[in-house]
Amino acid sequence: MLHLALAEEPGFAFDWGFFFQSMFQPSSLFLEGLARTVYISVLAQALGIVFGFGIELCRRSRFRALRWIAGTYVWLVRGTPLLVQLVLVYNGLAATNLYRFEDWTIGSVVVLGVVQAAIITLAANEAAYMAEIFRAALDAIDVGQAEAAKALGMTPSMTMRLVLLPQAARIVVPPLGNEFNLMMKSTSLVSVIGLQEMFLTAQSINSATFKTFEIFLTVAAYYLALTTVWQFVQRWIERKMGTPTVSVPRDSWRDRLLGERKRAAAVATQPAGSRE
Amino acid sequence: MNDTVPGPVVLLEARDVVKSFGGRPAVDGVSLTVHRGETVVIIGPSGSGKTTFLRCLNHLVPIDSGSILLDGEPVGYRQGRRGLTERSPREVAVVRRRIGFVFQRFNLFPHLSAIENVAVGPWKILGRPRAECYREAGDLLARVGLADKADARPAQLSGGQQQRVAIARALAMKPELMLFDEPTSALDPEMVGEVVAVMRQLADDGMTMVVVTHEMGFARAAADRIVMIDNGRILEEGPAQQMINSPAHARTRRFLTQISH
Repeated sequence: MLHLALAEEPGFAFDWGFFFQSMFQPSSLFLEGLARTVYISVLAQALGIVFGFGIELCRRSRFRALRWIAGTYVWLVRGTPLLVQLVLVYNGLAATNLYRFEDWTIGSVVVLGVVQAAIITLAANEAAYMAEIFRAALDAIDVGQAEAAKALGMTPSMTMRLVLLPQAARIVVPPLGNEFNLMMKSTSLVSVIGLQEMFLTAQSINSATFKTFEIFLTVAAYYLALTTVWQFVQRWIERKMGTPTVSVPRDSWRDRLLGERKRAAAVATQPAGSRE
Repeated sequence: MNDTVPGPVVLLEARDVVKSFGGRPAVDGVSLTVHRGETVVIIGPSGSGKTTFLRCLNHLVPIDSGSILLDGEPVGYRQGRRGLTERSPREVAVVRRRIGFVFQRFNLFPHLSAIENVAVGPWKILGRPRAECYREAGDLLARVGLADKADARPAQLSGGQQQRVAIARALAMKPELMLFDEPTSALDPEMVGEVVAVMRQLADDGMTMVVVTHEMGFARAAADRIVMIDNGRILEEGPAQQMINSPAHARTRRFLTQISH
């Protein structure tokens, strides 16, 4: 029996031709999936930042009802899996006839119902985490800043806009980078509601060709490429936002890819206290 | 500034101000009247409630009872049908624009340059034209001796320079009253003089000032009146020379001897 099984089982042979073709000449179907992955992550993250900031403002409100609603939202969303939330929002709501995501046509562009559901759910999920990031950033700012703004005569909204937010933004960028990295990878979960993004496209290529290892290795490489590009964008943002007195040293390509950081070398370009 | 005003005009009146933290009174019934153009120095041991009292004056700390009137108008509260009710943060902000506040630890906005710190108030809060605000901010920086530091960030300035920018920032709002909370306590000794000089000039120009400080050099030179606070209450008050040379209470005498070392 054993002998027979071995004879019948063909040895695995990596199909280099198929692999190189999917890597460097991907089908238009695959590229479309890639494009969906990118724009769904970007839109969901952007909305997540805005919603998340709004939630954090509610949690800091002087009205107890707003604080309670926002706090409960964060608790519920962070406490349940994204996969379950996706199915609940898209399939669950439709099953109860509460809300069915319909395709929209804006000009010549068709926005699929499932894409809307994916973006909204990812954004709503992300918002809860962004609210926590904003909370930590705002808490990290010295209380003297808000006091100085108040003493000058700023209203709460001026204080937030002119004093707290510009300082919080710098603290938010590194964890935000983490969040967007996770977001791009989380979009693979929306395949569960049947959205043809990169992962589900690869699934269908796999079921047609059975080149499982080759196609998913390709998919992994594409996700890696996306997160790598983002890593550079994030560094660029951080450098843009850095205070003029502190320079962020530019890492070499090699150091960056190997993950070596030269943070310790971040030195003040000018003396912190030029004494008279 | 307005030395043509006949007789002293009351600008600020605090009556029986009480503020407790966790059931312990920090300010325990303090009354103080400040006239226009007057400089009042508040002294007292640390923990005596003098800083808390000063922060009550512009409603950075809400009071438990008593009243604070600026030009006869309650600060932070509104006369309702059933006594005083606290104003909304937006309304309190409007009253605070008339009162400058200088902090012990400067609290400059670190993401803004010196001139931006000074101009942001009139430009963004009062909504005046940008160019005008920056011109005035430049003049104010020159007045505190920092014309050449307009584009420096707070992190590039010494403590004394930062405090002078902070004073300019408060003055940019053209306040009627300036409150100083131990403005020289966080400074290295060699920088105290430059800040005191700016404050003395301000007092000479007729600004109404309430200053919490241990800097008796300033008190001797610029104060009209000195108030001694101990245990949340005013122990005694009087004209500056009298308070320094012959205070009535042994407690005040002891305190003055201690801080003069």
